[in-house]
Amino acid sequence: MSLYYLQKFLYVLNRDEDTQQQFRDDRDAVLDNYDLTTEEREALVNGDIGLLYVLGVNGQILMHYAAFLGIEWFDYLDLMREGIEKHGPVRAGVYTMTGGGDSFTEEEKNR
Amino acid sequence: MSLVYAGVLSHAPGITGRAHLVKDVAKRDEFYAMLDRQRQDIEDSGAEALIVMAAEHFGNFFMNNMPAFCVGIGEKYSGPIEDPDWLKIPKTEIPGAPELGTRLTREIMQTVDTAYAEEWKFDHGIMVPLHFLTPNYDLPIIPVNINCQGPPITPLHRAWAFGEAVRRACDSVPEKIAVVGTGGISHWPATPDSGKINVEWDLEFLDRLVRQDKEALLSYSDEETYRDGGQGGFEIRTYIAAAAAAGGPGELQFYTPDLPIFAVGCTVARFDLNGT
Repeated sequence: MSLYYLQKFLYVLNRDEDTQQQFRDDRDAVLDNYDLTTEEREALVNGDIGLLYVLGVNGQILMHYAAFLGIEWFDYLDLMREGIEKHGPVRAGVYTMTGGGDSFTEEEKNR
Repeated sequence: MSLVYAGVLSHAPGITGRAHLVKDVAKRDEFYAMLDRQRQDIEDSGAEALIVMAAEHFGNFFMNNMPAFCVGIGEKYSGPIEDPDWLKIPKTEIPGAPELGTRLTREIMQTVDTAYAEEWKFDHGIMVPLHFLTPNYDLPIIPVNINCQGPPITPLHRAWAFGEAVRRACDSVPEKIAVVGTGGISHWPATPDSGKINVEWDLEFLDRLVRQDKEALLSYSDEETYRDGGQGGFEIRTYIAAAAAAGGPGELQFYTPDLPIFAVGCTVARFDLNGT
C-alpha cells in the first residue's frame, strides 16, 4: 500500500511547474522516484481519474490533477462516478461518495 | 493600531472557475456584490495588511510535515497553483508583509505553537478571496493555514485559541490589520456529490457563529461534522478562528444554498471587534 507516495507525487506535481514539464515530457521517468504499486503507477500514467479516486487519493489533490490534465468539470465528476462503477467504493480517506452518484446541480443535469 | 476588520467568506474554486456555468445569474451577482462590499469595508477600515486564515488543499503542506497552524512571513507569494484557465484567475505575484508578519508570529507563539513559512504558493483557498477582496493585489497579505485536510486535523478549541492569539498579536502592533477566515460550511467538494449542501446544518453553525457562542461552536465532534457537513465541513475551523479574533457578535451579510454549482453555501459575514 503506497497511497501516501501516490498522493505525495500528485502534491508535488500540482504545485511544481518543473515537475509538470517533466511529467509532460516523460511520465514514466518522473515516477521512478516514487515507491508506487503497478496499479498506482499505471493510473498516473494513464491519467485514470476514476481509479485514482477509488484508490483514495484526497479529492482536492485529485481535483487539481484533473484540472492540470485539462478535464472539464462535469467530465471530471463523471470520471469519479465511472471509477466507482468499475472498481467499487472509495477504499481510503474521507472523500467518499455519500449518495448514489446522482448530480446535485441543475446545471449538470441540464447540460 | 490594532485589528480594524474581521469577517468570513467562502472560497470554493467554482466561485470563479465555474461562474460561466451558473444558471441563477442574478443570485451569483448578488453574491459577488456582497464580496465587493466586503472589499470596500476592508478598504474603509484603513487596513494596511490582510491576514487570510485559510484551509489550504495541499498547496504547501503535506503529511511529510503537517503543521496545525502556519503563518506566512514571506516577502512575496505566487498563485494560483491550479491551472489558471480552470480557476479563471491568472497566475500572479502577491505582496507579503515579512516584518509585520514576523512580529505577529512572535506574539502568537506566546500561546500557540504556530509554524511559519517564508515560501507559500496560494491555491484557490486564498486566491479566490483575494480575487474579490484585493483584485489589484496591492494589499500586503499574511497567509495563515489551519489544517482542515490532513487528519489528525487541528482541534476546534485550538483554532479558537489561535484566533485569540491573532487578535492579541494584532492589538500589540501599531499597524492597522484586517483579518478574514475563509472556508466552507457543509460541503462535499471534489467528490461526485459536489453541490450537496446541508442548509439546516449551515444555518445552525452560522447562528452559533454570529452569536459568538463559543461553547456551541466548539462542541462539534469531527465525526458529527463529517456526517452532517461532509469532509468540507472541517473548514469551519477558519470561521471559528475569525470569530475568536473578532471577539464580538457577527452579522450574516449573505448566505445562499442556491448556487450549488459553486459546491458550497455561499457566505459573507463580518464581526464586531468588541466583546460584550
